[in-house]
This record gives sequence, structure tokens and C-alpha cells, in this order.
Amino acid sequence: MTEDMSRYPLRLEGDDVPMVRFQNVTKRYGPLVVLDQLDLDVSPGEMVTIIGPSGSGKTTVLRMLMTLETINGGVIYVDGEPLTHVERNGQLVPANSKHVRRIRTKIGMCFQHFNLFPHMTALGNCMEGPVQVLGLSRREAEERSLELLDMVGMAEKRDEHPSRLSGGQQQRVAIARALAMRPKVMLFDEVTSALDPEVISEVTNVIRHLVGAHHLTMLMVTHQMGFAKEISDRVCFFYNGAIEEQGTPTKLFENPERERTKQFLNAVLDAN
Amino acid sequence: MTYIEFLQVHGGRMADGTVLTVVQFLLATVVAVAVAVLFGLMRLSRNPAIRGAATVYVEIFRGTSLLIQLFWIFFVLPIFGLNLDKFVAGFLAVGLNMGAYGAELVRGAILSVPTGQWEAAVALNMTSRKRMWRVILPQAFVIMLPPWGNLVIEILKGTALVALISVTDLMFEIRQINISTFMSVQAFGTALIVYYVLARFFVTPVMRALEHFMSRRIGRA
Repeated sequence: MTEDMSRYPLRLEGDDVPMVRFQNVTKRYGPLVVLDQLDLDVSPGEMVTIIGPSGSGKTTVLRMLMTLETINGGVIYVDGEPLTHVERNGQLVPANSKHVRRIRTKIGMCFQHFNLFPHMTALGNCMEGPVQVLGLSRREAEERSLELLDMVGMAEKRDEHPSRLSGGQQQRVAIARALAMRPKVMLFDEVTSALDPEVISEVTNVIRHLVGAHHLTMLMVTHQMGFAKEISDRVCFFYNGAIEEQGTPTKLFENPERERTKQFLNAVLDAN
Repeated sequence: MTYIEFLQVHGGRMADGTVLTVVQFLLATVVAVAVAVLFGLMRLSRNPAIRGAATVYVEIFRGTSLLIQLFWIFFVLPIFGLNLDKFVAGFLAVGLNMGAYGAELVRGAILSVPTGQWEAAVALNMTSRKRMWRVILPQAFVIMLPPWGNLVIEILKGTALVALISVTDLMFEIRQINISTFMSVQAFGTALIVYYVLARFFVTPVMRALEHFMSRRIGRA
């Protein structure tokens, strides 16, 4: 059960330190292996999309990085430092909550079902993190939040509660809320899956804008192959808890090598 | 003696008793809410000792009679050196007892806040304390208000027992009047009406208004 931690570096150093590294990461639910010894690097500023059939472990990748799931083996590094572990006497040991909170400031996440706080307005949702977690003054937090709400086209709805907003509007507020924490890594977990088809572009346009304008590192799980192909630097196809195939969108979508990738893409493209 | 005359003679005492009943009720409610939040949170603690202590508390106060708890607090605790004024013992016993029921309401409501809300709070890197006070409890509060409406009425009715340790509340005065006049129908009939009016025309509307107000604050109405 106890893993030999000596083969994991205490921190990543050098010229091309990845923003995110999964090294030999395993996730189990009881006897079920969800992710099997995953190795995945994401470079600073890179947009990586994860596709694959349901149950392939793709959402689990994001949830582990957001620390919503614990891991059963391996180490996750963020910005060169271990997230899941901390150094003690020259060895990596499982991280305490203080360490996790320090590293977690670099990560933001948007969810399939938005998860806005229903008792706060759009503006209140965006200000909550900056005020309560980062300790900004209300004035600074409001300024920052309004700028982001404006960027996602939701400035006019600043005083509305989430229950008065459509799905697409809620998701845009949720993106602004996550960005208000100034993360280095943004995670998008099927952010368009719960939306009506006609409002999906409201959200994809915002993400498109982020790709163009920010030096954010992004990881996205999606079922929208067209969008993935258009904006990703790299696409990873997950199958059965492992990366079956990865590459540039052009290569993966137009010249997949693996049989399972072809089958999956055929099935998905048929359905559309 | 007509009922009108009965009220003219004894109305003053009954009014005084009613005031004391209301005061006992309000203080017992404050105690119950504090106890409920405290033990409801403890029941959800990751620490097994804290969780266990809360479970023992809830089991003892739910599993034994309020009257016995009242007598314990007023008659038995002094033997162990803890003397409480009868007025304090009264609302304390009712509050501690009802708070045990309230703790289960708090616990249940916290658990029924959708997991997505907990996860969003983690994603914003909140401490577990901020997550509870800023995100979870405000939503749990709205969820648990309707069952609290029931419990608050129970608290009001429960205060009638404090008459048995000679707190001069409405029930105490009614019994005194009954003993001295033998007009049981008028005496206990009046008690019935007063408790009903307090519950139906004061407690229930206040709880409804609170529910309505909180739903609006959460943006549901």
C-alpha cells in the first residue's frame, strides 16, 4: 500500500517546468480503478481538452486537480510544486490542508451545473472569493468583479440572483467568479453540457476570448468536438482510465491512429 | 358568575401569567436555536469524539421526558451544587430539550444543501469555516425553516410545564385560579384559547413571514 515516494521530485525545476503535472496518478473507488497511473503534463498557457466516453475518468482528472477528489497513488504538481504532497525531512508526505490551500489559489474551476451561490447576486458571487479568501477590500473586489462581469457580458445583470438567470448567463457568471480569484489554471468541466443548444455559444465565446487574451493554462472536459478541435492546443482521448491517444486537434480528429479513438469519434460524429 | 365576570376578576393575573409565558417561550427559543446549531454542527464533525458527544446529548434529551429533565435541572442539580433560579431553570430545560430536536433539523438541512455548493466553495479556496458560515448555513437555514415552524410551537406549548416548578406563567396562574374558584371549565378553557391564539396568530405568522423573507433573499420568490 505505501508507495516509495523517493522517485518523485520534491519540486520541478528547469527551463520548461509544466504548469500542471500528473505523475503516475492512480484513483480508485474501492476495487474500481478510475485512473490508472496517469502521466500528463500541461505547459503554461496551454489549452488541453479531454474527450472520451463517460466513465473513462476524464472528469476525475479535473476533480483531482481541484482537490475535490483524493488520489490513491502518484503526485500532482502545480506550477512546479507538489499539490497533493508536501516535503518533510526530504521526503514527500501527503499534504495538510494548509499546504493544499496555498497551492489551490492557483486553480479555478467551472462546473457543469454552474454551482453559483443562490443567496448572492451575480456580483456577490464574484466578490465572495476575493473578499473572503483573498482579503481584498469590498471596493477593490467590486471593481475587479465588474470588470470580469463586463467581459462575460453580464454587467447589466450584476444585481440579479442566479434563479433569475438563464443557464448560459449563470455559466458566464460562474466563469467570472472563478477568474476573479486570478487563477493560473482554469478547469472547465463539461460547462456546456447542461445548456440549451441555442445558448451554448454564449459560453464558448467567453472561453474563446480567454484563449486569445489571457496567459491562462486551461484544462477542459467537453463533448463538443467542434469546439475542442477549434480552440485546443492538444486533445487527449481518455479510455478506461488512461490516455489512449493524444495530439494536436488536427491529428487526433483527422488522423487518429488508435482503433478506439476512431470508434469513439465515429460514434460521436454520427450522433451529431 | 358569568364568563365576563370571571375574566374581570381573574383577567389581570392571567395576563401577567401570559406575559411570563411569552418571556419563557422567547428565551427557550433562543436557547434551543443556539443548542441546535451547536450540536447540529458537532454531529457533522469529522472528529469522532465531538460527533459522539453530540449524539449522546441528542439521544439523552430526545429520549427522556421534558418534565423529568425540568425536575432534574431544578431539584437534582442543586444537590450537586448547581443552584438555578426557577425562572432560569424553566426556559433552560425547555430550550435544552427542544434544541436536541432542532440539532437534527440543522444537521439534516446542512446535508441537503447540494454537493455542488460545497464544491464551488472549495474551488474558491474557502476555509471550511467560511464555507459553512457563508455558503452552506444560509442555504440550510432556508431549508430548515418550515420544520422549525413546528418546533417553535412545541417550544411554546412546552413552556406550560415550567408551572410545575412554580414559575408563575399562564399555566401556574390558571391552576391557582382553578383551585380557589373551582371554575375549571372557564379556567382551563381560557388557557386553551390563549395558547392557541399565541401559536396560531403570533408564532405561525412570524415563521411564515420569516420563510417568505428568506426565500426572497435567496432569490426564489
